[in-house]
Amino acid sequence: MSNKLTCSLCNQHATVHLTQIINNKIQKIDLCESCAQKKGVTDPEGFSLAEMLSNSDFLGAEDSQACNVCGQSISDFRKSGRFGCSDCYVSLGNQLKPILEEMHVGFKHTGKKPEKSFQQISLSETIELLRVKLQKAIAMEAYEDAAHYRDELEIMKNELSKAKINCSND
Amino acid sequence: MIENLISKSNAQLTKGFLKSSPVVLSSRLRLARNLNGFVFPSKASSADKSEILNKVEKSLSDKPNFKKGFFYKINTLSDLEKRLLVERHLISRELCEMNEGSGVFISSNQDFSVMINEEDHIRLQCIKNGFNLNALWKTVNRFDDLMEASLPYSFSKELGYLTACPTNLGTGLRASVMMHLPGLFISENIDKVIRASNQLGLAVRGLFGEGSEASGHIYQISNQQTLGETEGEILSRLGGVLKNIIEHELNARQNYFADKKVVLLDKISRALGILRNAHVMSSEEAMDHLSYMRLAVDLGFLADEYRALVDYLFIQTQPGHIQFPEGSISVELRDEKRAQKLRENFRKIPPLNFDN
Repeated sequence: MSNKLTCSLCNQHATVHLTQIINNKIQKIDLCESCAQKKGVTDPEGFSLAEMLSNSDFLGAEDSQACNVCGQSISDFRKSGRFGCSDCYVSLGNQLKPILEEMHVGFKHTGKKPEKSFQQISLSETIELLRVKLQKAIAMEAYEDAAHYRDELEIMKNELSKAKINCSND
Repeated sequence: MIENLISKSNAQLTKGFLKSSPVVLSSRLRLARNLNGFVFPSKASSADKSEILNKVEKSLSDKPNFKKGFFYKINTLSDLEKRLLVERHLISRELCEMNEGSGVFISSNQDFSVMINEEDHIRLQCIKNGFNLNALWKTVNRFDDLMEASLPYSFSKELGYLTACPTNLGTGLRASVMMHLPGLFISENIDKVIRASNQLGLAVRGLFGEGSEASGHIYQISNQQTLGETEGEILSRLGGVLKNIIEHELNARQNYFADKKVVLLDKISRALGILRNAHVMSSEEAMDHLSYMRLAVDLGFLADEYRALVDYLFIQTQPGHIQFPEGSISVELRDEKRAQKLRENFRKIPPLNFDN
């Protein structure tokens, strides 16, 4: 047999092949005898593939990777299952997709939006876009366009700081 | 410290004699929210946590329902007081473990409670008797808007409301419905229902949430997925499954009644006999007998008004509630006090009417 399956945990020859349906998706893993014992796979009633996958053993992440705002690392996340701050979702975001895939119905939020925070996010995005346009215009020596973008940028910046003040003062 | 809250007679869950319905005891919606510009509570400094606690308290104190509400810093409450609030589902066990900088603000009629610096900065919840998720969502959504007007939330266009645990990401919405399922239990179909619910992405837990026993045949069923669907979709999916469970429960009762009428009447009559006469009773035992009394009302053996009495006693016979007026008493004495309370309440009840 040239096409031997290897254990997803330790690369030994896999003899246990498990398939479970989680959220209507078929998830398969292959394990060697000893890893299967360790993970309790031999008791199919009590074993949850979802739980095992959520332990992130399969994500192959660098343990040292950490959030640059709160310092939470991937291994902290594996232990606690919690993020330390909202920036973790950006800093450690590349680890997130497989986790979300098994937990939720989709990847994208389709529900309610908070009016004020959403307005701020939209303004910040517009500002970022205008900055890029401004730089391009300057680089191309299109000074008339640049002046236009600069004015618009000022207006948006004012709007954003107004939105922030409104929030903190009420 | 919490005497005022306890003595309030208009509390949503303990009022008794409010409208109550068969099968569903109560519905609860919870939103997880975090404030923009602060790290989550597990990483926050005590100065940050105090600032958040103050901000949220200030923002809530002028909201309707909260003007005469109850605000407690968690480190000022005794273990007994915390236990009592847990028994009323007003705070979580996790909040009880927190120290300085965490707290809870409870509305005057105790339907809303906002936990501050639990796992997330804000855990807003609303509990109502009966089963009406859509109406409850309207109420919670409106209140969330009011809070957001003065508290900027941490939100991403892509991922929605950002939460400490990715299981709450997106809508941050957990809807859980407390169901009384004695029919599925005695007909030994409850495990099937639990397994099917799990496969549909719903969690089934006991009366006090994660890891608790399903005493009194009471189960809490909730959504697990929070991202990728709107709040309305989440609630209608959960609601659909729950309607099925209600139907199965009613069928199970009917079938059991048809097949084993005498056994069922015996179980119910014995439960009433014990509630009327016992002098020592643990809370688990009380829950089981009370469960049969709720079933007796649903089957028409007792008048409808007694269902609310049973729901009231489900909470009032919990250990913390028995102990609170007595101060520090032994478990044995607590079991005596519980039996006494039940005797007093069930002495007034008319004989069961099996003729209907």
